Amino acid sequence: MTDTDITSQAIDGMGPHGTKVGLLRVLGPAHVWALGVGIVLVGEYMGWNFAVGKGGAYAALIACWFAGILYSCVAMIDSEVTSTVAAAGGQYTQAKHIIGPLMAFNVGLYLTFAYTMLEAANAITAGYLIDQVAGMTGHQGGIDQRPFIILAIMFLAWLNYRGVLATLTFNLVITAIAFSAIIILFLSTSGVIGAGDMKHADLLAGQASLPYGWIGVLAAMHFGLWYYLGIEGTTQAAEEVRSPARSLPFGTLAGIMTLLIAATLTWYVCSGTLPWEFLGDGVNGSVAPLFDTARLSGSQALVWLLGIGTLFATLASANGCINDASRAWFAMGRDRYLPGWFGAVHPVYRTPYRSIVFLVPIALIFALGAPLDQVITFSILSGLLEYTFMPLNVILFRKKWPLATIKRGYEHPFHPLPAITLLALCSVTYFAVFLGYGTQLVAMIGFYIVVSLWFHFWRYRFVNRGAQFTMPWPRPEGY
Amino acid sequence: MDMWTYLEYGAWALSAVLGLLMVADWLRTDSTYSEEVLTSSREGELEAMTEEHHLEGGQG
Repeated sequence: MTDTDITSQAIDGMGPHGTKVGLLRVLGPAHVWALGVGIVLVGEYMGWNFAVGKGGAYAALIACWFAGILYSCVAMIDSEVTSTVAAAGGQYTQAKHIIGPLMAFNVGLYLTFAYTMLEAANAITAGYLIDQVAGMTGHQGGIDQRPFIILAIMFLAWLNYRGVLATLTFNLVITAIAFSAIIILFLSTSGVIGAGDMKHADLLAGQASLPYGWIGVLAAMHFGLWYYLGIEGTTQAAEEVRSPARSLPFGTLAGIMTLLIAATLTWYVCSGTLPWEFLGDGVNGSVAPLFDTARLSGSQALVWLLGIGTLFATLASANGCINDASRAWFAMGRDRYLPGWFGAVHPVYRTPYRSIVFLVPIALIFALGAPLDQVITFSILSGLLEYTFMPLNVILFRKKWPLATIKRGYEHPFHPLPAITLLALCSVTYFAVFLGYGTQLVAMIGFYIVVSLWFHFWRYRFVNRGAQFTMPWPRPEGY
Repeated sequence: MDMWTYLEYGAWALSAVLGLLMVADWLRTDSTYSEEVLTSSREGELEAMTEEHHLEGGQG
């Protein structure tokens, strides 16, 4: 065993090792939970039901659980590695230390694109929700959604600019309300409290059980990711939590457990209330299935609660995405993978303020100029590329630095089974995405090949090579 | 004009105010502090301190 012990609680905090202004260590495990679950929970309120359209309600349930296994592997692997590499940038920083610069550059871009596009998708959704509220209050002809889309992005960017503690405390409150709304809907409609009105036996009988057979189950995997996409974002808080070795695994694992519960309850109440043809059409049918389920319950209180829950989940997701995209961009700037100008920290608010402001117009361009399904698909594809990197990352991590050489805050069990499972499920999901969005998949991979060539032949000469490996780890095995 | 038309104008105005607040603070910060201070953040401060703690512990 070396002297490397990041789990020590005796000397937590910033230190005088060159940093005059650094990110602030103020977050606890609850904020980590709020960051991860906050980004994802909107997927329970809308989006997952496209999986029903691909293969029926049972296919969506199978996809929910298989994607649940995929993300449990992601959460466990991430918890181990990030409890050791506790720095902003998350998976980018992990890749930099464990695999190499080209992988790190790609992973940094996956992260930034996945979160910025998800932020744009959330802002589009917020505009749509406000339009629906206007319609429900009797407004004729619809509203101009643009000012509300822009306001959602500007308000959350401003909040992020002003400080991470207020940002993630805000996320904690609105995420807890949105999660509680799902629990209350389940308790009110499932028969646990009072008479239930679930109709699974009628709605899922005969042809409705698996309308497109097993190929439909495979196709549903694409949108099955939507139940959990973004939980890996907890790692971006690594440089701002008070005790990373304890808080990051605790917040991340509590987060995936919360989402497994929320996803299963969501499927249960929605598939037991709404016909699969309506539920599975997320454009002309059920755009917000939990809200539609509440409306069919006949309870005005539930309609309000789930309406508020939908809006809160959307805002929490956009908020967490701004936080994560800016940390990834900031970390790349700090290492000169991007211009070092982005590596600045605000001396008062202690946030990566230039990265936050720089990403605002990019999110606005996607939110105002691109169709929602395309934005979501590019976000999913970037996420999927990132998940493919994770098993390779953890296998190399364990090989180069076995358990006896570095003390981890968390050691994930049954290695390498989770890594192999994750890799296998990623392969299945690539095929599922190819079935529906083959052109986008090829275009996205082509884009990353082009930027990789740019990085290798041009940008790498500017990288701060001497300063990029900061972890006081022993020499890797075999080197 | 109904309430929603006013809300639309309000959202445009509030968005502009928040954007201006951020840009104004950004420019003020950049002109007040040196680039060396603003970009002085270094990765791995916690880890460096942990290592230092062990070294001091070993010597003590």
